Amino acid sequence: MSGADDQTEQVEQELDPLASGDPQAQISQEIQDAHRRYREGVEAGDTVETQSRIDFAPYRSSILRHPTKDLHHTDPETIELFSPAFGHRDVNILESDLTIQADGEPIGERIIVTGRVLDGDGRPVRGQLVEVWQANAAGRYVHKRDQHPAPIDPNFTGVGRCLTDGEGRYRFTTIKPAPYPWKNHHNAWRPAHIHFSLFGTEFTQRMITQMYFPGDPLFPLDPIYQSIVDQDARDRLVATYNHDVTSHEWNTGYEWDIVLTGSHRTWMEPEEGDEH
Amino acid sequence: MTETTSTQKLVATPGQTIGPFYGFALPYEGGEKLVDRTHPGAIRLHGTVYDGEGVPIPDSMLEIWQADEQGNISSEPGSLFRDGYTFTGWGRQAVDGVGAFNFTTVNPCSIDGKAPFISLVVFARGLLNKLHTRIYLPDDEALLAADPLLQSLPEERRRTLIATREESGDLRFDVRLQGANETVFLTYPNTPK
Repeated sequence: MSGADDQTEQVEQELDPLASGDPQAQISQEIQDAHRRYREGVEAGDTVETQSRIDFAPYRSSILRHPTKDLHHTDPETIELFSPAFGHRDVNILESDLTIQADGEPIGERIIVTGRVLDGDGRPVRGQLVEVWQANAAGRYVHKRDQHPAPIDPNFTGVGRCLTDGEGRYRFTTIKPAPYPWKNHHNAWRPAHIHFSLFGTEFTQRMITQMYFPGDPLFPLDPIYQSIVDQDARDRLVATYNHDVTSHEWNTGYEWDIVLTGSHRTWMEPEEGDEH
Repeated sequence: MTETTSTQKLVATPGQTIGPFYGFALPYEGGEKLVDRTHPGAIRLHGTVYDGEGVPIPDSMLEIWQADEQGNISSEPGSLFRDGYTFTGWGRQAVDGVGAFNFTTVNPCSIDGKAPFISLVVFARGLLNKLHTRIYLPDDEALLAADPLLQSLPEERRRTLIATREESGDLRFDVRLQGANETVFLTYPNTPK
């Protein structure tokens, strides 16, 4: 395990000449220019973009890792219209509480993050796997390649799973993650975020994304968040503080709904007891 | 909770990069084994993920989803808990330090008389959203020739979607995120830009 990781680390250093020393001011200018061109385009009648751009040079690592040709339109075939199945055999109910995985309490602000997973027609996505992972309250991941000098919390791995319930709802108890530095450019810091991995009822809906916290001062500086050039679309990744989720003497609470890509299937009125 | 029945579509949440630090969270023991190596129909599906300069990417994660040897689509849970018996049709693997991946699986059978393929999703640091593609089996030229997706591509692009059958029976499929032999990546109807 450590051998493979060492090799990975070595190769990555050789492979990542794009980890740049460019100043934040230059990255910010590139972001602002891209956004201005986008807004001018929309005013001239271009389509509103609702997803992250995969070609977004301020995120330096994307330069050699985005397809240059347009994605090819195709109709999904049968296998793509189904999705893998997960159940309580895969996921222990305790895995949704990231604060009880060790012998002691993890350090930091205890939070509950909850929300619904919906498809493009507003139907709840039920019984599906939601996986999360995140840095700890000091901004450190339990990952060998994360070597910035913030403490590892022995009582917090930052990994959780759950299955959505009958209303498509997920719910995690965790610790609010902190921002952390990364090597995209000089003095680059990621806004605090939780990674989410989601499945839908079709494999075409498979998605990995990041949830952010409201009011983060690092938003304008972050090329990953700003790769979503439309403000309304960017806002969709920001959770809402919800005092009804907050509980007395115990945790603060955030709510964040996730919409998977539109369904290709024609929607049929569900039969009684139909779990589809 | 009532289900929304209006015709108004909700706007999809944007995808984001998997980032560099997923390795402790998503890969799991047996994720790359859809079947055990001792399964009579077991094959190795392997290849390398490359960037635009042809350099292997060490921090990509792949997922495959496929039918079994009879063309059945599994609806069995258990993909995160491999029991060695249940074929769930789904696999997940992080590439290694030199960009290589190795799934142990079976050849999917044709469904509805169509050219058989394995559905592949690619995630990587530096890749801001997931990418879908297909790994077609190279064996039946007639089915490949009749496939609507493959038909719609020029020859040099078409080739990027068809795996190579090795003498051992294994399948080789390289993923190129960019460059001269860039893999064809797919978008489906109703997928937002």
